[in-house]
Amino acid sequence: MRHIISILIENEAGALSRVSGLFSARAFNIESLTVAPTEDASLSRMTIVSTGSDDVIEQITKQLNKLIDVVKVVDLSEAAHIERELMLVKVRAAGKDREEMKRIADIFRGRIIDVTDSTYVIELTGNGSKLDAFLEAIDRSLILETVRTGVSGIGRGDRILKV
Amino acid sequence: MQLTGAEIVIRCLQEEKVEYVFGYPGGSVLFIYDELFKQDKFKHVLVRHEQAAVHAADAYSRSSNKIGVCLVTSGPGVTNAVTGIATAHMDSVPMVIISGQVPTAYIGQDAFQECDTVGITRPCVKHNFLVKDVRDLAITLKKAFYIAKTGRPGPVLVDIPKDITNQKCEFDYPKTIAMRSYNPVVKGHSGQIKKAVQMLLEAKRPMIYAGGGVILSDAAEKLAKLARRLGYPVTNTLMGLGGYPATDKQSLGMLGMHGTYEANMAMQNCDVLIAVGARFDDRVIGNPAHFAEISRKIIHIDVDPSSISKRVKVDVPIVGNLPDVLDELQKLLEASAGVPDPKALAAWWKQIDEWRGKKSLKYKQGKEIIMPQYVVEKLYEVTGGDAFITSDVGQHQMWAAQYYKFDKPRRWINSGGLGTMGVGLPYAMGVRFANPKATVACITGEGSIQMNIQELSTAKQFRLPIKIINLNNRYLGMVRQWQQMFHGNRYSESYVDALPDFVKLAEAYGHVGMKIERPADVEPALREAFTKHKNDLVFMDFLTDQTANVYPMVAAGKGLSEMILAEEL
Repeated sequence: MRHIISILIENEAGALSRVSGLFSARAFNIESLTVAPTEDASLSRMTIVSTGSDDVIEQITKQLNKLIDVVKVVDLSEAAHIERELMLVKVRAAGKDREEMKRIADIFRGRIIDVTDSTYVIELTGNGSKLDAFLEAIDRSLILETVRTGVSGIGRGDRILKV
Repeated sequence: MQLTGAEIVIRCLQEEKVEYVFGYPGGSVLFIYDELFKQDKFKHVLVRHEQAAVHAADAYSRSSNKIGVCLVTSGPGVTNAVTGIATAHMDSVPMVIISGQVPTAYIGQDAFQECDTVGITRPCVKHNFLVKDVRDLAITLKKAFYIAKTGRPGPVLVDIPKDITNQKCEFDYPKTIAMRSYNPVVKGHSGQIKKAVQMLLEAKRPMIYAGGGVILSDAAEKLAKLARRLGYPVTNTLMGLGGYPATDKQSLGMLGMHGTYEANMAMQNCDVLIAVGARFDDRVIGNPAHFAEISRKIIHIDVDPSSISKRVKVDVPIVGNLPDVLDELQKLLEASAGVPDPKALAAWWKQIDEWRGKKSLKYKQGKEIIMPQYVVEKLYEVTGGDAFITSDVGQHQMWAAQYYKFDKPRRWINSGGLGTMGVGLPYAMGVRFANPKATVACITGEGSIQMNIQELSTAKQFRLPIKIINLNNRYLGMVRQWQQMFHGNRYSESYVDALPDFVKLAEAYGHVGMKIERPADVEPALREAFTKHKNDLVFMDFLTDQTANVYPMVAAGKGLSEMILAEEL
């Protein structure tokens, strides 16, 4: 089962390696990991996507809680939540492909944020499958590079992860 | 008052009432050693290798529940200490390790004696810190001591760059500390404890399984009170020995890979199991799938939530500090006025006595060759069962655990989790510093003792009258045993050739050496060592049977009840 785990952690040097080290040391799997400071600069928020049986996910949350710098851990996927990922795709956009690329980007509600006479950079946000679908929809041979941020997640409604 | 970082380190240690610092100087810690030289509130123990400093501080903790402290320099000082730190971490021993680091501006430059200490030690400490500002130094050390001893204890490392130790700031040692990210649980959930009481009272075939947590949290008396109130059998893990008196009639001895027949059978066949400060590890329950084949209700009390339902699913998890939880349990038990079903309990004890009848620890001592078990039994007699025993790792460790009956907690000091050869002698040193009048014996083998034998020099300097019981079978015995049982008698590299003359070696270090070759000499030699040479370190080299194996044995991956017993071979 895929789980999205959100963590509030003291924003100190080495915080990320404590978390990533824990995952590798205990053979837990990480699909993606994102981290950045929160509105309170003393805290960082991480979103980790992992897969595993219920027992494994239980161990992951317990082990994360055990890290001294970790303030809070929540399994977002236990209840209603929203997840988003940002992708930047650089594509070849010349000749007949130029108009088609713009059209598909519009369909996916992507934005073209850099233009040259032969390339576009398209910005796209959504959940992972939407981003995958976009890549499927365009001609593979036109993709020059892609970069994805990994998933960020937040609970719906009154579910709040805060100190 | 403005103090330098080095002065702050010393003052913090004094504020924490540290008695001994085990360490070894070097470039990055020179300012600290300079301040240490100028004070006399605590003593420094100069070891001969940093690994031994950590082991000694570790045993100082284990045998006293005070916090062991060590001080090492950057680079190789720290890397030498890593084995000691990992050993303490695996057995949840509270310790503070202070390491020097190259000056702040040099970090990352591949400076002389630089290493990424925080990175290297991260997976084997409870927590670690790199101090980047002298103003953070005092609070960081305060946090280190607080984190080390609270919750599930463990080693905490503080890495201090050299320039920080020479910079000045105002010193103020905080009296208390609060961390928003660290709030260990104390009280157990009362609803769960209530459930546990009910379950315990309804048991027909109950079993108490007590681990190292009982020792670490000083819960032995409370455990004994509970066990006696219920009249249930108790087994101790290797780390839990002494947590319940081994000579008590309710004790089934140690369980696990080399546990007694009765302990392992009762563990497998009970209907209600209460695990107290234990973690169902692979050397204790064997194959978890086999363990789960027979259904039983499990109550698990532990201070660390991640220990619960890690290897074995439990029915009633109770997270909390053991003494608090046991108090609450006892209180509810008394209030309920319930008693266990006497008929069922009598039948269960009858069954256990039948298992006991197997006498799974029996062995034969002939007239010619010394059996290692015999040496441990005689040691037990000669010391009146009241010594502090440290051990190294291997066959001798298991024989020590099986044949020395520990009635008190903190008397049995060994590396259970990491299984570190070479701990025995430095452990004995640490024990003696924490318990200056105690009788201390180190049960070891000719393989292990050579892994930290340089500490004979430290023992001489500090006049530590340790008795080293070297069970010398000229083999890396446990390796040989596995090779015999699982690798077709191919004794690959397990024979220890070119051994030193241990008597001369001991004498060279200024100690007393004895070589004992005949069974009849075992007891007289021990008596001589513990009376005539009471105040000396005595290295007793016992030449023991080369073929002796540790039994019972549950092979790796097998179930607990699938024991190999001595007589079956």
